[in-house]
Amino acid sequence: MQTERQANSRVGAEAAATLGWWHAHRFLVLRRFSQLSILALFAASSLYGLDILKGNLSSSTVLNTVPLSDPFVLAQLIASGHWPAETALLGGAIVLLFYMLVGGRSYCSWVCPVNIVTDTASWLRRRLGISKTTRISNSLRYWLLGLSLLLPVAGGLLIWELVNPVSLLQRGLIFGLGSGWVLIAMIFLLDLLISQRAWCSHLCPMGAFYGLIGKLSVIRINARHRERCDDCMDCYKVCPEPQILKPVLKGAANGVSPIIFASDCTNCSRCIDVCAESVFEINTRFTTEVENKK
Amino acid sequence: MKQTMDKQRRSESSASKAPARRQFFTDVARGASAAGMIGLGLTAWASSAKRSDPQAIRPPGALSGDDFLNACLRCGLCVEDCPYDTLKLATLFDPAPSGTPWFEARKVPCEMCEDIPCVAACPSGALDPALKNIDDARMGTAVLIDEKNCLNFQGLRCDVCYRVCPLIDEAITLERQRNSRTGKHALFIPTVQSDACTGCGKCEEACVLDETAIKVLPLELASGTLGQHYRLGWEEKARNGGSLVPEQLKLEIRRPENSNAN
Repeated sequence: MQTERQANSRVGAEAAATLGWWHAHRFLVLRRFSQLSILALFAASSLYGLDILKGNLSSSTVLNTVPLSDPFVLAQLIASGHWPAETALLGGAIVLLFYMLVGGRSYCSWVCPVNIVTDTASWLRRRLGISKTTRISNSLRYWLLGLSLLLPVAGGLLIWELVNPVSLLQRGLIFGLGSGWVLIAMIFLLDLLISQRAWCSHLCPMGAFYGLIGKLSVIRINARHRERCDDCMDCYKVCPEPQILKPVLKGAANGVSPIIFASDCTNCSRCIDVCAESVFEINTRFTTEVENKK
Repeated sequence: MKQTMDKQRRSESSASKAPARRQFFTDVARGASAAGMIGLGLTAWASSAKRSDPQAIRPPGALSGDDFLNACLRCGLCVEDCPYDTLKLATLFDPAPSGTPWFEARKVPCEMCEDIPCVAACPSGALDPALKNIDDARMGTAVLIDEKNCLNFQGLRCDVCYRVCPLIDEAITLERQRNSRTGKHALFIPTVQSDACTGCGKCEEACVLDETAIKVLPLELASGTLGQHYRLGWEEKARNGGSLVPEQLKLEIRRPENSNAN
């Protein structure tokens, strides 16, 4: 019965059937809305001078007053030997504090436009039944992060920012992409044909950086009702970092907390969407465990 | 007997640890070499990519060369605050490193706004906030690069570059020379005073030739540097209140008596 269901239905179909379409898609829709509206506000400023959000994700101003700067770019700047002006530092501090609170990799799932590209690749992979994948080490992104901060020290140049597809894409969407789409297409094809979730979960140093920022963040996904889990595997299929799910879902016997403390978690909440048994919730890291121990 | 048991136990325990340890070292070695390869590739590519096209001009107040590339956040706030859409943000294969602001003088030159909005917008200091007077900007310097085709060099009174220069008679002057072709006219030679030129590019935009005869080039490219050991006599004289070289020896002129030499 169960294997039959797995084989026949699409991810989240059961959740949609039992909980309704909206319930099974709400975080996905909200996330796309968040990503697109941030891009739209930036573009409106660039095209029509509507200055609600001006600049781009590397550095911007809200309503021409509050500065926001990407701490990862600032870190590279400082590594290259340039001490940024106060405006940029203040903007960096604001962003840093925000993601320390809501979870660093919320940036990856709720803000970053490359997420749409890689999620599309991942979705297509599932639809087309491409299962062949080249294994890339999960920790390669930390090596790349080290590299992107070390090379400016050695060479005194923001080498990563010359190619960083994340800044390239959102800059491109706001100011004109030029030939930058080549790099984005490469990431799409890499994720689709060569290695599953290669970019966001294995390579992107920016994601690694935000993961480290959010290590102690307050908002966390909680597999609070893990005793309900019926092993349908839907959450594993949609989760960009599926390796973090097994410990919280199956760790009850070993006393592992159901709260996902792993810094790789992007707080995308897609697991909440697709779970027909409503195992997951958004909680704080301080949520007390009220598990119905059997 | 005891010895063999010990040995056996030891080998058992190391057997259980060894694969994990070996796996760890393999992972580290793999990660390090992959990162190293990517790093080498990036460095090689970056060293060629950081060179801009000679005609990609930076906004006013831009720090020089690599300092600018290190300081720029690539946020585009200067581009957005430029009221004349002069500035552009470079994409991957543009003539400037990707994400950095630049402009083409021949297309849209800098209008030299008095309040310098691009500098005010820069959050990182890549455009130096110390620049208060736009006339002090040094985006580059104009160079009259083709004297053969410049109309003024042919004895015509084009003067367009001179007329549009925001610092007329300071940054571009007209130097009079004899027109040896006609023998009775003057040539008015547009001459860039590189110590006053801001590099705004209005002359380059305005040049009436199909391909402009006057071009704005980055200072690194257009200006020479005098060797440290050179001393300019007239400057030393002014600084010291007199010549550093002793007076020439004056000898009495002796002529044979009754000579008529004048």
